[in-house]
Amino acid sequence: MKRILIALFAIFLVLSCSSDDSGSEINNNPNDGFDRQAMLSNWVDNIIIPVYTDLNVKLGNLVNAKSSFIDDPTQGNLDNLRMAWQEAYKVWQHAEMFNVGLAESTNYIFQMNVYPTNVNDIENNIQSLNYDLGSVNNNDAVGFPALDYLLHGLGENDSEILAFYTSNANAENYKTYLSDLVDRMKTLTQSVLDDWNNGFRDNFVSNTENSATGSINLMVNDYIFFYEKGFRANKFGIPAGNFSPNPLPDRVEAFYKADFSKTLALEGIDAIQNFFNGRAYSGTSDAESLKDYLDFLNTIKEGEDLSTLINTQFDEARQKINTLNDNFAEQVQTNNVAMTETFDIIQLAVVLLKVDMLQALDISVDFVDTDGD
Amino acid sequence: MSIKSYLKKDTSSAPLAVFRIGFGVMMLISIIRFWSYGWIEKLYLEPQFHFSYYGFEWVKPLGDWTYLIFIICGLSAFFVVLGLKYRLSIILFFLSFTYIELMDKTTYLNHYYFISILSFVMIFLPANAYFSLDNYFRQKQYKQIPKWTIDSIKLLLGIVYFYAGLAKINSDWLFKAMPLKIWLPSKYDLPFIGENLMQQEWFHYAMSWSGMLYDLSIPFLLLYKKTRVFAFILVVFFHVFTRVLFPIGMFPYVMIVGSLIFFDAKVHSKIIKWIKSLLKVFKVKIQNLPTSNFQYPKQKIVTSFLAVFFIFQILIPFRYLLYPGELFWREEGYRFSWRVMLMEKRGYANFKVVNPKDKTYFYVDNSDFLSSFQEKQMSTQPDFILEYAHFLGEHFKSQGIEPIEIYVESYVALNGRRSQAYINPDVDLLKEYESFQPKSWILAFKDEIKGF
Repeated sequence: MKRILIALFAIFLVLSCSSDDSGSEINNNPNDGFDRQAMLSNWVDNIIIPVYTDLNVKLGNLVNAKSSFIDDPTQGNLDNLRMAWQEAYKVWQHAEMFNVGLAESTNYIFQMNVYPTNVNDIENNIQSLNYDLGSVNNNDAVGFPALDYLLHGLGENDSEILAFYTSNANAENYKTYLSDLVDRMKTLTQSVLDDWNNGFRDNFVSNTENSATGSINLMVNDYIFFYEKGFRANKFGIPAGNFSPNPLPDRVEAFYKADFSKTLALEGIDAIQNFFNGRAYSGTSDAESLKDYLDFLNTIKEGEDLSTLINTQFDEARQKINTLNDNFAEQVQTNNVAMTETFDIIQLAVVLLKVDMLQALDISVDFVDTDGD
Repeated sequence: MSIKSYLKKDTSSAPLAVFRIGFGVMMLISIIRFWSYGWIEKLYLEPQFHFSYYGFEWVKPLGDWTYLIFIICGLSAFFVVLGLKYRLSIILFFLSFTYIELMDKTTYLNHYYFISILSFVMIFLPANAYFSLDNYFRQKQYKQIPKWTIDSIKLLLGIVYFYAGLAKINSDWLFKAMPLKIWLPSKYDLPFIGENLMQQEWFHYAMSWSGMLYDLSIPFLLLYKKTRVFAFILVVFFHVFTRVLFPIGMFPYVMIVGSLIFFDAKVHSKIIKWIKSLLKVFKVKIQNLPTSNFQYPKQKIVTSFLAVFFIFQILIPFRYLLYPGELFWREEGYRFSWRVMLMEKRGYANFKVVNPKDKTYFYVDNSDFLSSFQEKQMSTQPDFILEYAHFLGEHFKSQGIEPIEIYVESYVALNGRRSQAYINPDVDLLKEYESFQPKSWILAFKDEIKGF
């Protein structure tokens, strides 16, 4: 009995502490609370859904261009198809970081942009025409990198490439595989977009809690993962040989259209910085973002201006990337030092994001939910 | 009062019996909880590499046999509850629990260390003197036991609290309200208090200062009869509140139950009566046993030994004074010192494997070798970084990279400060070895934290 009374008293104390302050303070203090829900809805409504919508449109164009090409595999149609591929691939750079919801549960990202693509797997699939494109084993035989191979890598020049779709004994198989790849990318994207539009948006925006499954935590972890892995390692570090004894120029993104690799990297850094600043995908208006969240927390902490440091570091990375060869494979082969220097500059922001930002946000990177002291 | 006459003093055996039951129940629940959360797999079976304590490199998870250690630990806790073969059970508990803790220092928590040394002390206490199955089988019970046996538990609890309070007397905690200023605002999702109270700077300071005062004073408030009930209410409130705020598992409940030992025998007799009435519901017959006079065997040797043990406990948290530089930064002498919740520390460690002959190098993807939890702990603690570097050295040597050097580019942010370079990036870690010597390759902390 006594202990029950004590427990009740404890709960009463906790509750009374809270009710004391809620009324007046919340209105008087401008620093009193950051609207996390507004940040989430800005992310979703002005960035994520517009990105997927645009990607879906661009993939729609890709499907059309593909159909024209299959009906009539001419140089002109090949050029159109390649252009459509480029347009969609650029938008993809903005979408790769959103590995939540259906995208996560269907392994969407791993079906869209795993490179280097596996030429053997692709050729085997084309020979047999017996494949499950969704299978994990085919992750490196589908998506943008596989299309890259099919559109740019089959032969030495365009007439050789066109021959695979015209005079080659397996021309029909090549067409079928090309068609299936493009259709699958479109279908997957459509379903991810539909999921966001049909309910997932509201779930996501309302889940503001600070836990491993809270939307902010999920998104911030994905964001940092994309920066560290998808951007820093895949686009720069791995080709430059930062993770292997020797440089690996054939690991660049869009290897068969390698003079496109810098364009993609620049899209990537734009996507990264825009997300950080909460900039709308279409337009230049900024709304609630990680930058604002850090600024808000800084008013409590009176620490260093972290958001400015991060933005400066992104700017420096962009500047350095601009000095590189359009063709990253060539860059690695001719002057790899510039490539590793770029990596080092990009790396500095990893520290700011992973150490300083996560500390400020008090977001955990490990999801083993163990006890603390 | 001389020591001699103190050691002759007797007291009721009821508080120790209640403590034994409370402790055993808490431990049993802890083990079941640990197992059911899948932590045995996540923490001990899945990682391919484990961080060892210096001198205990031979203690490793035993594959599927690891489960057996947990079974032994849980069963012995249950036997402690029953007071059946108590001495053997508590020894087995101490050994199995400590073995578990030594398997990987990634999981180090002060309260695990507390459980280890508490169960060690309990080996020497007659916790089965009363209300135990051992009484039943021996057909005798003891209503009086030496007072020092119960006092030693009070002393241990007192040391834990007092040192935790002492450690809070530092400039970050008291004058910057760090790290609470980072942790509390992030609890914005708490009902009622999350979006207002938790965001207030004055509240962060209030929590810091009251936490320090609480830890320093609670042992004394529990000791004095007049303040005891008030102190216990504080204990319950404090631990329930911290449980709400932070993921600290079973520890708050262990401390609440543990603090009951400060109450006098009347309260414990009531608790035992209540347990008895509970047992009656389950039709357990309780026999009245003849009472004997308790004689502690070899008391002189045991008490001398425990005295040395406690002097050791009192000195060990101060060993950091033997090391240069900032303790929070270098963490030499940080563990086993009741420094609880003092730091928000995050790091990033990028290991570089160099072949000096070919002048080639590459970076390591830590997730290839470590769990995210291990990586998190590794990146902020120099002894982890060193041990991991040696592991990487062995690994890549076996892959044919020789000669080999390992460097680390690492950054750490401490209590809201901006991240700084942590380990000297020009030192080949394979040429450095773990020891009790200060580590020369830790870079200086560019700030000062005053206090204990």
